[in-house]
Amino acid sequence: MRIVAASKIHNSVVTAIDKIVFGLDPLVRSALEKACQAETDEVARDVLNALLENASISESERIPYCQDTGTVVIFAGIGAEVSISGGPLDDIINDAVREAWKMNYLRPSIVNCPLSRSGNCGDNTPAIIHHRIVAGERLRLSIALKGGGAENMSAIKMLPPTAAEEEIIDFITETVVKAGGKACPPLVLGIGIGGNFETAALNAKRALFVPLNDSHPDEKVAALERQILDSVNATGIGAQGMGGRTTALSVHIITSPCHIASLPVAVNLQCHAHRHCEIIL
Amino acid sequence: MQITKLTLPLTAMDIAHLRIGDKVLLEGTLFTARDQAHQRLCRLLERGDKLPFPLDASALFYCGPSPVPPGRICGAIGPTTASRMDKYTPQLIHNGLKIMIGKGERSSQVKEAIRQNHALYLTAIGGASALLARSVTSFELYCWEDLGPEAVYRMVVNDFPCYVACR
Repeated sequence: MRIVAASKIHNSVVTAIDKIVFGLDPLVRSALEKACQAETDEVARDVLNALLENASISESERIPYCQDTGTVVIFAGIGAEVSISGGPLDDIINDAVREAWKMNYLRPSIVNCPLSRSGNCGDNTPAIIHHRIVAGERLRLSIALKGGGAENMSAIKMLPPTAAEEEIIDFITETVVKAGGKACPPLVLGIGIGGNFETAALNAKRALFVPLNDSHPDEKVAALERQILDSVNATGIGAQGMGGRTTALSVHIITSPCHIASLPVAVNLQCHAHRHCEIIL
Repeated sequence: MQITKLTLPLTAMDIAHLRIGDKVLLEGTLFTARDQAHQRLCRLLERGDKLPFPLDASALFYCGPSPVPPGRICGAIGPTTASRMDKYTPQLIHNGLKIMIGKGERSSQVKEAIRQNHALYLTAIGGASALLARSVTSFELYCWEDLGPEAVYRMVVNDFPCYVACR
């Protein structure tokens, strides 16, 4: 059994949040630069240029790229041969979130009660943590800071198993059109297909961790990713909903086996801030 | 793309000259107000109570800023989704509100209220918060501190970039 100390996890999570809250994922930056060159709409180009300038200022002056510094979402892949010393993993993560939030003057965006809306937690905890026991002796933490605007426009649909691929494309395109400028496009789309109600949503979230330029290893699924990207970019929603051809930068699908009666499809919208990283301990 | 520098409060003539898609560089005072502040403003109006700031002389910025680090004027500054304020907006417009800044589309009722009352909805770039923070020259907590990031903050801006979305 390999021992991983709480302090090591704590420090890694604090460093990871610091790394992703300022500046922009280099792959997203390149995609925005490319989109900016290809964009023919004048206002949309102005918006894309502003986003690139924003990324530079955010990085050099250490001002968050977006004021909504998000909910902390973590997928923890816990090796079966790993033992964590010094406390339960969730407590270690939440302590690290508290420290990162305080140290970097990030916005506390979590309220205790979703109904009364009273009592901001003050430190952005609790993080939303999904656990999975995997083979091996490593601890893998996939960390995202997920803003509210794009999350609000995400959707799930339980399609019939005989639905054509066009119906999947239509559902996702309709979701993106309904989101308009509210979700802060250019977007990255995480899509979960199959599994059940909650698996599809989890797969959609997990798909947002796929590196921006990667496509699905199964060519048939990769073709569907390309068709969805083409479809959403033909909507004319564009950067910040201001028009043009840059509605989404990338589409990633994760599939799971599912019941013979079902075809759940979930789409998790990610804004251009796309703050995510992975740590392996 | 037409770029116009404007000083708040705007005159009817300022608004009449703008076209959808124009870029505007704003100078003047903005009050932040999100969901909870909107609810409070409307409750005060329903009770006939005085508002903490005059609606007709103020521009509302749908924004929950991040905390101010030491040595800086403000933290990260950017718009939140305007449509969440749609259910309160017609009431505020009918009570004098003219200028709103947020991101994303508005409901047909809000657009109608904007048109009828010669008001103006501008979109700022969502997520461009380090860039927008550069336009802020002063920043202070104004009221309803208990709302945390959703409190009302008063900020003075110069060359604050936004786009005409509805007028």
